[in-house]
Amino acid sequence: MSDPATSLPATRPRHAAWVPGGRLDGVATPVNLPDDAPLVGVLALQGDVHEHEVVLNRVGARVRRVRRAEHLDGLDGIVVPGGESTTIGKMLRRFDLLDDLAARLAGGLPALGTCAGMILLSRELDQDFDQPLLGVLGVRTRRNAFGRQVDSFDTSLDVAGIDGGPVDVSFIRAPVVVEVLDDDVEVLAAVDLGPVVVRQRNLLATSFHPEVTGDDRLHAGWVATLGS
Amino acid sequence: MNTPAGDPAATAPATGTTRVKRGMADMLKGGVIMDVVTPEQAVIAEEAGAVAVMALERVPADIRRDGGVARMSDPDMVDGIIDAVSIPVMAKVRIGHFVEAQVIQSLGVDYVDESEVLTPADEAHHIDKWQFDVPFVCGATGIGEALRRLGEGAAMIRSKGEAGTGNVVEATRHMRSIAGSIRRLSTMDTAELYAAAKEFRAPVDLVREVAETGRLPVVLFTAGGIATPADAAMMMQLGADGVFVGSGIFKSGNPEERARAIVEATTNYDDPSVIAKVSRGLGEAMVGINLDDLDASERYASRGW
Repeated sequence: MSDPATSLPATRPRHAAWVPGGRLDGVATPVNLPDDAPLVGVLALQGDVHEHEVVLNRVGARVRRVRRAEHLDGLDGIVVPGGESTTIGKMLRRFDLLDDLAARLAGGLPALGTCAGMILLSRELDQDFDQPLLGVLGVRTRRNAFGRQVDSFDTSLDVAGIDGGPVDVSFIRAPVVVEVLDDDVEVLAAVDLGPVVVRQRNLLATSFHPEVTGDDRLHAGWVATLGS
Repeated sequence: MNTPAGDPAATAPATGTTRVKRGMADMLKGGVIMDVVTPEQAVIAEEAGAVAVMALERVPADIRRDGGVARMSDPDMVDGIIDAVSIPVMAKVRIGHFVEAQVIQSLGVDYVDESEVLTPADEAHHIDKWQFDVPFVCGATGIGEALRRLGEGAAMIRSKGEAGTGNVVEATRHMRSIAGSIRRLSTMDTAELYAAAKEFRAPVDLVREVAETGRLPVVLFTAGGIATPADAAMMMQLGADGVFVGSGIFKSGNPEERARAIVEATTNYDDPSVIAKVSRGLGEAMVGINLDDLDASERYASRGW
């Protein structure tokens, strides 16, 4: 296990852009981050981990990849990225991370879940899929609610609490919230099919991928709440 | 199509964009995509933790053994696989066979692989992939081939390897070639990049983009000859974003265990203790073929232009 680096290097020589393990960090925006910047974990079992890391660094957070329970110590927040929710769920269970992470989230660790991350945070699925969930967010979610990949789409939409106009987002085989299960779940954005951004106490979840568009406002708003 | 409710300021949703095509591939990173020929195999793959399954008529090892023309899968079989799993379903079409691609898109397949493993249908042209809403993955042996495919609209690249052999040496060659060429490009000045575009027979704009960013603008997976957890982890350490496994799983002694082991090794590609653990007691790997034993005409990697 390599050291879970706390942030991307401040500078990266061009010839070293290609790094082992598919981590093509060449496009990361080099940033110098102070030691007291929020430390955000990105669950790194599968999915678009790197895209989140780049955005998090850009909005002033240090980043650590989380693949073992011990990587959860000392985090100010955690991102559950986009990916395949079945795969990430199975890996959470196989590598004994599911219960530890669920307990930390129930104990107040702030989390941002995008797409697969929203599914994994949810308490219930409305489909009969046998897949492990963290089960901490009081919503029932439907996977692939918009259809198959040919139905995936780019759009922009208003999100409550995000200033500066509609947020530019991509819905890729995206889920939707079909039922809010707890009174303290806030719906921050919705489309015809249902809520697509929800918040419950320390948990924020989006159906779409704010990390692939270059519109960093959602991450920036979330990071600004960490450690406070 | 769903529009944001009551939001006049929002722009209309757009499907089939380059961003959702390439973004879909981003979501597969760190994962394993498995060749399946039946719904039953697809279920085994999903259970093992595959991020997607690839539907095809016969796995490459059987195509080698049986010969004949290898084509896209029967639509009934593709429908059956789509119904059997909740993960994305990909399907292979012949190089240049744009009607097979139209058919596969109409079935609701999530990604099309224009694949050299099937018998090519056009000896000069690949499919014009910009004409489709469904994204395409294509094989490449080097940077020039990768960039030509991107120029035609591919949204994901995989190394070709030599499918159906259980021998990883070609995949290694292709991954090292692509990585080495990217390193070379990133040291060139602007004038040299024009000559490089000529050398690689690749669009100069894409050559320039790779030189500036130090990476391909799309996800790069490995395919061809991956048979063991250690093979998968080696490809990840060589720079792959993820792994395709074809014959290696369902031509082995214990497909369930091997599929799961390759998934776990791909996630933990830099942790030898995990790779050792998952490699124990897997039973027989597929027998494998030494590439020196293959005639030039039997080499799939040379298909594609």
